Amino acid sequence: MIYSDLFFWLFGGLIPLGITAYMVARSKALGTEQDGSRLHSLPGYYGWYAVIWLAMPAMLSGLLFSFIHMFGVFSIPAPMLLGTMFTIGGLGLWYGLSHIKADFRAREKVEKVTTGLLIVSASISILTTLGIVLSVVFESINFFQVISFWDFITGTKWEPDTAFLIGAGRDTAGMAPPAFGAVPIFAGTFMITTIAMFVAVPVGLFSAIYMSEYASHAARGRLKPMLEILAGIPTVVYGFFAAITISPMIVNAAHALGLQADYTNALAPGLIMGVMIIPFVSSLSDDVIKAVPQGLRDGSMALGTTKAETIRHIVLPAAMPGIVAAFLLATSRAIGETMIVVMAAGLRPNLTANPLEGITTVTVKIVEALTGDQEFDSAFTQSAFALGFVLLLITLILNIVSNIVVRKFKQRYD
Amino acid sequence: MTTENFQADARKRKRDRADKRFKFYGFAAIVFALAFLVFFFIDIISKGLPAFQQAEIQVEVHYNAATMKNYNKAVDKKYKRLVSKTWLRLVPNQMRDKPELIGEDRLEWVLAENRVDQFLKGHEGHRLKSKHQKLVKQMLDEGKVRLVFNTGFFSKGDSKLPENAGILASAIGSVLVLLLTMLFAVPIGVMTAIYLEEFAPDNRLTQIIEVNINNLAAIPSILYGLLGLAIFINFMGVPRSSALVGGLTLALMTLPVIIIAARAALRAVPDSIREAAYGLGASNLQVVWHHVLPLAMPGILTGSIIGLAQAMGETAPLLIVGMMAYIPEAPGSIFEATTVLPAQIYTWSSESLRAFEERTAAGIMVLLAVLLSLNAIAVKFRNRSENTW
Repeated sequence: MIYSDLFFWLFGGLIPLGITAYMVARSKALGTEQDGSRLHSLPGYYGWYAVIWLAMPAMLSGLLFSFIHMFGVFSIPAPMLLGTMFTIGGLGLWYGLSHIKADFRAREKVEKVTTGLLIVSASISILTTLGIVLSVVFESINFFQVISFWDFITGTKWEPDTAFLIGAGRDTAGMAPPAFGAVPIFAGTFMITTIAMFVAVPVGLFSAIYMSEYASHAARGRLKPMLEILAGIPTVVYGFFAAITISPMIVNAAHALGLQADYTNALAPGLIMGVMIIPFVSSLSDDVIKAVPQGLRDGSMALGTTKAETIRHIVLPAAMPGIVAAFLLATSRAIGETMIVVMAAGLRPNLTANPLEGITTVTVKIVEALTGDQEFDSAFTQSAFALGFVLLLITLILNIVSNIVVRKFKQRYD
Repeated sequence: MTTENFQADARKRKRDRADKRFKFYGFAAIVFALAFLVFFFIDIISKGLPAFQQAEIQVEVHYNAATMKNYNKAVDKKYKRLVSKTWLRLVPNQMRDKPELIGEDRLEWVLAENRVDQFLKGHEGHRLKSKHQKLVKQMLDEGKVRLVFNTGFFSKGDSKLPENAGILASAIGSVLVLLLTMLFAVPIGVMTAIYLEEFAPDNRLTQIIEVNINNLAAIPSILYGLLGLAIFINFMGVPRSSALVGGLTLALMTLPVIIIAARAALRAVPDSIREAAYGLGASNLQVVWHHVLPLAMPGILTGSIIGLAQAMGETAPLLIVGMMAYIPEAPGSIFEATTVLPAQIYTWSSESLRAFEERTAAGIMVLLAVLLSLNAIAVKFRNRSENTW
């Protein structure tokens, strides 16, 4: 038996056992009632009480052993582990059943455990953040022990090819050391994000204005879901579309203008990413524009302004904090977007300002480093975590700044 | 008319023009987005639709001892390059399964090579040799070549030969991964939402959890892939490329979406319901379990469906946890190497053969159909169950 089967046996065993425990405890509680005293709680709670005493010890002991196994302290064979868990579970059940009497406050105990379970679930989100931060930071630390942080942040040469030879212990004397200067990669991400925002911001904002200020209620009800289809299309599909349809179109268009464009140009993924973000910008802006009270509009119109003037000078300034926050969130989405650039942008780091040249981005490099067959502990694969660390930092900062913008500059109209 | 009036009129006209222009910008933005959508769908469908048809050719198949030794002998030499290698390779197996075939020569419709297929569909870059082109044209006149509905696309797994590649294995993988995602993310997400909305005291810890969930929702999906790789695979020892690691990773990614949706649904239930239940002597948990949760259920389900649709289209974190390998067979368990539909699309899109491009687009059509209907169900569900209190 392998460890993976353990789960099936455990759950396969626990479910029928749990049902039995529930029935036994419930009927035992009902049995004690006949003495004349009333049950404190509904009979089902006694059943659940027994189930908790069965499952909790069994699961906790299983968890404990798997932690010990994971940290490599020692492992015991799976059947033995399974036996231990069921024994502990059985002992727990026996202990739990011994409590059940008519005046036993089963509901309170069960509710306490349930509340505990809710807290545990809520803490999983914290554990997730912790997991992301730790996984990224630990590998990054290993990476920065080999490559200095300063070289990584300011270097302009990304030539990691020799890194995995060194990782494999096959470095030769005359070999050039690997260079991990990430500036060209950051520049690529920056360029694609800028292109995307040039598409998403005007289109998204103007669609939001049109939908909240001009469109009729019915038209709005139809237009909004249609725009949201854009957000529901998977990024891998956009990537295919950018690489197969848009990129050749751009190359042809550039050729017609007498320019030279690569098939892995920055423009195609940038434009498509911008389109992908349109609904993101428009629905967030739409919400804040609609939150501007009608009184402001009426007051402005009463002074004789046109509708456009009202929107430009009254509504948009009032909604500005929310709109800025939407832009920041959209930017962070564009920076972290992966599939479109993996499929449509290049692999070669290129420090250029020409969007028709092939460039690469942070996310492309992460995928490239982690999907190959390289050894996991070479500097090349670890560089992915260092890049991920920067990505995490930037998105968190953007998110925090957008929160501050919303909170600090939010207008209150009460 | 005085000049003053005239100037005022001119100014008014200018302002009116600006007004119209502004409205037009808004309209143009919407038209741009919708036009893109139309162009996108037309492009994908026109690329993908041919893949639902597959060429077959009618040849005489020799079931004999020579074929048993060398499957290339199954058809006459001049047709050898026209039929699919995957079919040829299986002829000896077929004879082993049905011994009564041996010694017969039968006229059969067999799967054609992808170059023949592409040539018949009139695609550029079919790379069929000119002598074979002539042969195919001649066979076409004799009615020995046909295009039939491509059932193989739905009933086969991945293959290196495009004519034999299908989406079944990846579709099963997707279902498996999504089931796991749902199993982990929905209960935990709903329980978190219940805790935060109904039980949590307003203290530091609660605030930290709330800020944290909002941050998690904004973290790029690829970082969840790094988490999956570092924690689930390298630390916990979950097998790489397995449905389990994919499901766990996607579950963590979907969790914030579900939590946020479930909280909104719980918040929409008016306090009068809670107070009435408390008035009848219900405990905290009974109020939530018996009254608030059932009323919030439609909203929670809508949020869960949207979250799962998002997870279904996600590719980047799954690439990082290794779900892009070449996997021709559907997985037997959640610990075996699996691929999912978006990852399959990605691997096909990086194949150079022209016939794969068509299949990529067809795979995209299938994926989009599923995702759009999931979203439509969610929207319908929300509209129908929208309660106003």
